[in-house]
Amino acid sequence: MSKDIFKVGTHTFTSRLIVGSGKYCDFATTRDATDAAEAELITVAIRRVNITDPGKENLLDYIDPEKYTILPNTAGCFNAEDAVRTLRLGREAGGWNLVKLEVLGDTQTLYPNVVETIKAAEVLVAEDFQVMVYTNDDPIVATRLEEIGCVAVMPLGNPIGSGRGLANPFNIRVIKERANVPVVVDAGIGTASDAAKAMELGADAVLINTAIAEAKDECMMARAMRDAVRAGRQAHLAGRMPKRAFASASSPSEGYIWD
Amino acid sequence: MRIYLNGEMQQTDATSISELIIGLAIEGRMIAVERNLEVVPKSLYEHTQLAEDDRIEIVHMIGGG
Repeated sequence: MSKDIFKVGTHTFTSRLIVGSGKYCDFATTRDATDAAEAELITVAIRRVNITDPGKENLLDYIDPEKYTILPNTAGCFNAEDAVRTLRLGREAGGWNLVKLEVLGDTQTLYPNVVETIKAAEVLVAEDFQVMVYTNDDPIVATRLEEIGCVAVMPLGNPIGSGRGLANPFNIRVIKERANVPVVVDAGIGTASDAAKAMELGADAVLINTAIAEAKDECMMARAMRDAVRAGRQAHLAGRMPKRAFASASSPSEGYIWD
Repeated sequence: MRIYLNGEMQQTDATSISELIIGLAIEGRMIAVERNLEVVPKSLYEHTQLAEDDRIEIVHMIGGG
């Protein structure tokens, strides 16, 4: 079998598990879990330096930008302007061109504000960013974001950090069937079977943060997710058997000893 | 001179972005700077003079999903 490459924009990866770096108890655990996940792409947030204690240790002292592709995100942005400002700063900080755009609608659901997301995507694409965009599980919006020039669409499985799995597998499949760019299920994955299910549906990758960071054993869950993504991907490529209404015997129905 | 650094009003003796960053002892770190909503490229830190009431943002990368 030729190597199964995950291509997004001008970047190529072998891992289809994208990880977040939030919610960990410390940087060492972030590093160890990211390692255990065998992820190549890790998303990070951009925030003000603490000017009263600017020398404090930094995430990137643990997550080596030479080893991982850093994916700056706009987490916490509620309008297009803040999201664009944030990613311009991210690009300046590390030269990172591949970015995760998310513009949120409200603090309770953290559902995407698709109107502001579209506005921001238009500006960012015009400025030559390669935009991976967090969006609702709405096939029409996904198509629009692809038309704007986003390099990947990332529909939610369920609200961010909810761990509720895939709310609407049908929509994920429809989005994937219509898309000409990679589809990444971002948000909602709670455990390994959710990740496998997303991959079986045909998702090109999944993005997971809370399900790993909030597991009792973060590194073990990272490995479980790694394996689930691989298993789901292979099941998808292998082509599953059809579902039938009734049984279909696995052993031949001839040569019985009583015949 | 009075500036607003990461949202906080501050008095500073720094005259340039470069001096401001050295004063905070964060030179060489993976940061980005915005002055009055415009990104300041690293190559221009030395040449970018501060002015009264400038709004300066200095950001870095933290954990997030």
